[in-house]
Amino acid sequence: MMNTQGRPTQPDAATGAAPLETFTGNRGLQIEEPLIFEVGRPETTGVDLPAAPAHASRLGGHARTAPIGLPGLSEPEAMRHYVRLSRQNYAIDLGLYPLGSCTMKHNPRLNEKMARLPGFADVHPLQPLSTVEGAVALMQELSHWLLEMTGMAAVALSPKAGAHGELCGMMAIKAAIAARGENRSIVLVPESAHGTNPATAALIGYKVVPVPARADGTVDPEAVKARLSPDVAAIMLTNPNTCGLFERDVVAIAEAVHAAGAFFYGDGANFNAIVGKVKPGDLGVDAMHINLHKTFSTPHGGGGPGAGPVVLSAALAPFAPLPFIRLEAGRPVLVETEAGTEAGERPFGRLTAFHGQMGMYVRALAYMLAHGADGLRQASEDAVLSANYVKARLADLFHAPYGDQPCMHEVLFDDASLEGTGITTLDFAKAMIDEGYHPMTMYFPLVVHGAMLIEPTESESKASLDLFIATLRDLAMAAKAGDTERFRQAPRLAPRRRLDETRAARSPKLSWTEPAPIAAAAE
Amino acid sequence: MRYHPLTDADRADMLAAIGAASVDELFVAVPADKRLAGLLDLPTTKSELEVERLMGRMAARNTAAGDVPFFVGAGAYRHHVPATVDHLIQRSEFLTSYTPYQPEIAQGTLQVLFEFQTQVARLTGMEVANASMYDGSTGCAEAVLMAHRLTRRRKAVLSGSLHPQYRAVVETLGRMADDDIVALPADPTATEDVLAAIDGETSCVVVQSPSFYGHLIDLRPIAEKAHAVGALLVAVFTEVVALAAIEPPGAQGADIVVGEGQSLGNPLGFGGPYVGLFATREKFVRQMPGRLCGETLDADGRRGFVLTLSTREQHIRRDKATSNICTNSGLCCLAFSIHATLLGEAGLTRMAALNHAGAADLADRLAAVPGVTVLNDTFFNEFTVRLPGDAAAIVERLAERGVLAGVPVSRLEPGRPELADLLVVAVTETVSEEDRAAFVAALAEILP
Repeated sequence: MMNTQGRPTQPDAATGAAPLETFTGNRGLQIEEPLIFEVGRPETTGVDLPAAPAHASRLGGHARTAPIGLPGLSEPEAMRHYVRLSRQNYAIDLGLYPLGSCTMKHNPRLNEKMARLPGFADVHPLQPLSTVEGAVALMQELSHWLLEMTGMAAVALSPKAGAHGELCGMMAIKAAIAARGENRSIVLVPESAHGTNPATAALIGYKVVPVPARADGTVDPEAVKARLSPDVAAIMLTNPNTCGLFERDVVAIAEAVHAAGAFFYGDGANFNAIVGKVKPGDLGVDAMHINLHKTFSTPHGGGGPGAGPVVLSAALAPFAPLPFIRLEAGRPVLVETEAGTEAGERPFGRLTAFHGQMGMYVRALAYMLAHGADGLRQASEDAVLSANYVKARLADLFHAPYGDQPCMHEVLFDDASLEGTGITTLDFAKAMIDEGYHPMTMYFPLVVHGAMLIEPTESESKASLDLFIATLRDLAMAAKAGDTERFRQAPRLAPRRRLDETRAARSPKLSWTEPAPIAAAAE
Repeated sequence: MRYHPLTDADRADMLAAIGAASVDELFVAVPADKRLAGLLDLPTTKSELEVERLMGRMAARNTAAGDVPFFVGAGAYRHHVPATVDHLIQRSEFLTSYTPYQPEIAQGTLQVLFEFQTQVARLTGMEVANASMYDGSTGCAEAVLMAHRLTRRRKAVLSGSLHPQYRAVVETLGRMADDDIVALPADPTATEDVLAAIDGETSCVVVQSPSFYGHLIDLRPIAEKAHAVGALLVAVFTEVVALAAIEPPGAQGADIVVGEGQSLGNPLGFGGPYVGLFATREKFVRQMPGRLCGETLDADGRRGFVLTLSTREQHIRRDKATSNICTNSGLCCLAFSIHATLLGEAGLTRMAALNHAGAADLADRLAAVPGVTVLNDTFFNEFTVRLPGDAAAIVERLAERGVLAGVPVSRLEPGRPELADLLVVAVTETVSEEDRAAFVAALAEILP
């Protein structure tokens, strides 16, 4: 039996779970919160609006006849509902968030303030262009920074997230190949790549051919050459890669790819390690998306929104999608339709309505301006320094499969050090939760067993890194000492214990439904 | 730099622990001849005050919607968002958390997603909704791909009711994936015969209601015809507030409902970030793109929520995934959901009525201006007028008079003389009676 707040009211015969020790189920500051559908009422509202003036309806026969079923809450109730829920989340503002490949760094509030200026937040994408010159100027300024940092020829700002940027880059490549009168069907993707790479290539009809890594975790140019053919359209290569390593033979790979008439798509998910240190354009990249929500710290927001502008080489620049900015005598002009294009501009189409993630552009540009060229380079260096520091201090207790070389902004361990303990990477991660940390990225990349990918970022003080390191060392020693309960029962101190994901997938419950009346349920 | 906690002394200590002489030794894998010797050719670090000055200057060169009588819609709408919404979405625990991959410490985000999915399902009249797409237009393209997977066909019919930029997004993906996209001509008068375009090879027919031109479209006969030949109906909306006033697409036989959720909780923001709403029938859920949040129990038997059915997704299925989407619109979902909770059924219904009454009033006033014709018999908060002249030019002249009058169709459909005199006009609860009067007066003044 559950009460309305989802708590057992008596020991559960099926699970053996005991009821919680307090009457309310709350534990001090940790307050349980029911669903809005359990506490809200359709007649309650937290927004006072005047009644609509009487007017003949123009809805024709289309007026809604059935109720929607939307509960409302008064303003104080709504405030509590969401504040209580918020306190069940971990956050970068609470502590170190070492999710490798995700780049959980400090989110400056200046950026939020700038994004809320009415001149940015309260402008419509289709109001006359004469009334949004500042917005277009901001897009041009952001483009300038991105192009200087990457050494590329053009940028398509509109992609809405990293995976959307990949789609943009791969579409530009497909269009460029078609413009040569060719049709190529294969895309090479290293096995360590993010899942979005193969998914993106497949989305527009490419066959994905994996490229294995060599023993040191990087891609061997010979392995690439062996797979190149006139049917290969592109390679999608993440650099630094998801093992946290810079692809040391990237230039040779780029040359081989170009010699075969194919393109080099660079996944820029890890660009944050190299900003100000090396330009992707100098390495032979033809297209690369930049996750503004990673490298330039627009907040992750519990899973978005992101933004994934794509920088393009001169070969791909003509195919940039609509809308794009053209400079006319130094003045930025927003080109929104095919009809607005000029000779040499051959946009492959459109990826989204309107102009992209303006709110993210504002935040990212504020971040860039605040850092400047010096601060951006420092951020890359500190991120790389911090990851190598964690690696060095854990080297005796954890196994780094590619540990004999420096890592970039993240360090990859496998689960070899847990062998024989009966403790898995998952158990280890959950034990970190009890210690007040968000776990590292687990089981990714897929190329090492039980992967633990740690990205501390440049936002941590040395004291913070030292406590984190000490905690991981304590856990590793507890694991070796056979204290399996500390791991298998974890987390014990989080708002929830381990959740049954199998149950969730077996009979999916994806929306709230009115519980059956008690009498009916008892039958 | 104020965002970087490490001191030079820390850096020296850390390098010593690593056994490196300098930080550059850590970049040894970067080809030496490619490493940058000096700084990027960009300005150096700036204080908060300096950044505010620079950006404030750019912002000041834009006309904020709130400063003028404002009638621009066509896919993005200016509604009043309660202060509570913007406060709550800036809570650190919502703003600065990642995708909830560790559910034990992400129940806040997950419960919000579960509530969001339920709200969207109810508004659209569907059984299940996902945890969001990037926006309405990309969601629309994903809906077409989902229909292709479900029907194993590859021909989509796009009604002329569809927002022209949504059409362009679907066409672009279709062209790249070698799918067949049949786009019917723009339909400003809601007189097209979409049924005639549906045949045995059709995977789905995509219809927007309220249409881009504001017309309310009866989806039932379209659903019937589609289902009769084994095709699906994808129903699109760009103004989610309309769903409080009109019969939801789910009740009219739609198989996939997709649209823009910006209207609730999210600012205009020059076009993004927005939040794509995506709903379907339970039996289709395993072909759905995007994240899904589901209910389950924890080890103590307590209710909790997790991301589920992830075997559809790219991080598990890679090139066999239903979509490549990863990051979606989490924080925009939160804003949507809070606004919807604050409004509730009573508030949202009243807000919808205010929108409709304001639009009806303006339509009547504009129809009374000599030379102006309202094309719509039916509409919610947006309609199309035919002006006695080039609509884009008239909009510019009205802008000079401090009225942002709407979207000239030619902005999105250039080079089509038959559409050049059409203007799409939106009215929300933020538009006052004085605003409407100012619009009509300014228009009457500039027309011959």
